[in-house]
Amino acid sequence: MTNWTRRQICSMAGGVLAAAAAPHVARSQNKPRVVVIGGGIGGATVARYLGDLKTMDVTLIETKRRYVTCFFSNLYLAGLRSLASLTFGFEVLTERHGLKVIHQAATGVDPGTKTVTLRDGVRLAYDRLVVAAGIAFKSGEIRNYDASAAEIMPHAWNAGPQSELLRRQLESMEDGGVFVIVAPPDPFRCPPAPYERASLVAYYFKQFKPRSKILILDAKDRFSGQELFQEAWGRHYPGMIEWLPRQFTGAVKIVDVAARSVVTEGETFKAAVANIIPAQKAGAIAEKTELTDASGWCPVDPVTFESTLQRGIHVVGDSIIGGDMPKSAFSTNSQAKACAFAIAASLTGSQQFPSHLFNSCYTFLAPDDAFTNAITFTPEGGKIKTVETFISKVGESAEVRRRTAHQAVGWYSAFTADVFGEGS
Amino acid sequence: MTTPVPRVMVPGSVSRHEVFPIKAIIQHEMETGLRTDSTGQVIPRKIINGFVCRYGSVEVFRADLHEAVAANPFLEFYLRATESGRLEFIWQEDGGAIYSLSHEIVVT
Repeated sequence: MTNWTRRQICSMAGGVLAAAAAPHVARSQNKPRVVVIGGGIGGATVARYLGDLKTMDVTLIETKRRYVTCFFSNLYLAGLRSLASLTFGFEVLTERHGLKVIHQAATGVDPGTKTVTLRDGVRLAYDRLVVAAGIAFKSGEIRNYDASAAEIMPHAWNAGPQSELLRRQLESMEDGGVFVIVAPPDPFRCPPAPYERASLVAYYFKQFKPRSKILILDAKDRFSGQELFQEAWGRHYPGMIEWLPRQFTGAVKIVDVAARSVVTEGETFKAAVANIIPAQKAGAIAEKTELTDASGWCPVDPVTFESTLQRGIHVVGDSIIGGDMPKSAFSTNSQAKACAFAIAASLTGSQQFPSHLFNSCYTFLAPDDAFTNAITFTPEGGKIKTVETFISKVGESAEVRRRTAHQAVGWYSAFTADVFGEGS
Repeated sequence: MTTPVPRVMVPGSVSRHEVFPIKAIIQHEMETGLRTDSTGQVIPRKIINGFVCRYGSVEVFRADLHEAVAANPFLEFYLRATESGRLEFIWQEDGGAIYSLSHEIVVT
């Protein structure tokens, strides 16, 4: 009797699948074309997972040669990680994951002819397009806050040069100064991040500038993880962080760049360093392609992530209306996989599995104190709904929090390897 | 515990007989006395239990606060301006600690 190994059985099953997919294999000279605009977490994940299937021509369009993760960039601001450790290239994706990367801006999309135009005028034809445009800032919500104001009062809400600018300002700030964080209205990228930023900058101040204060002027009356943050602020940084809700200040209306102050309805606050995180909307190319609705975000089918406004175009990540899913990197990654498998099913007839959507986030309160959440989601009635939630609790032991902070570091390595490839 | 930081927002000057708003907030955890810490011990109650506003020597607003009030209690109320004077704001904490602020108001 033959002893069949698992490998042999798998390869036979593979043979059967290959036979089933034969009509497409025969077209290998003319594989279905997928173009992905945006090489952040969403775009890179879709491209990698489609590229791995080797049944489609996958082209990723991204202006930058290096991507810096927003997640963990608050650790950089506190001097706890280098920016280099948060920076990834696309070489592993192109060498090992069967995709092509073009480092150029996509200037336009024509859904009629199914083409993408690049800055140099080249047109790329697609069978399916994925737009992973990330976020843009709403203009006019805070008067005087524009791109040039952001060179003085950084947002640091896209990691990279803006993070470096904010870090330099915090380093050169004198002890006793006030660091003002203007927190945005919902919905926005990474809901706990403004408060994680306050926590980690407080950690930096506590060591090097202990008389300094942090003032958060919020456009909201509540925020994500509020109880966990406020408990930790009392424990680690007593008296250092003050949070003022919208109902108290009436929210920030104007910035005075020269005076480095921010003006609310009732009062002007002078800052030594000001971090203005503006209200957000879907990234520019999503808006230009008319993938956005009146909310400024992109409505999508929660199973395939195909736009409900433009057929043949899928949208993943921070720019979608994600229902219960927060705008987070991990959510984006999970959406991108569901989207990739839906595209593969539609273009190559591969099997479509029920979608499982997840979020997993780690938030630092101090270097050895982090909290986590893990949430599962499911598409239901055209929307994404929460199934189950786990979140760290107030009053957990220092040991539990230390372990969570340790897990976060492993999470980061595994997660970025999933997106940009092992060894990237 | 967070060090309580009180803050008020009051117009600098108001016209005589004008009704004007006052906003008052204090950074405070409002520990209810119903929670346990990481070792299972009950965390003792510590809340802001009262707030008073005086206009000169006259008490013009008072609030009693209880366990169900959220962290960082925020109060907004209205006064009518009669004459220039000093507004005084007092927050009373369980255990007897007092946090206060004062503010000169000019009536024109």
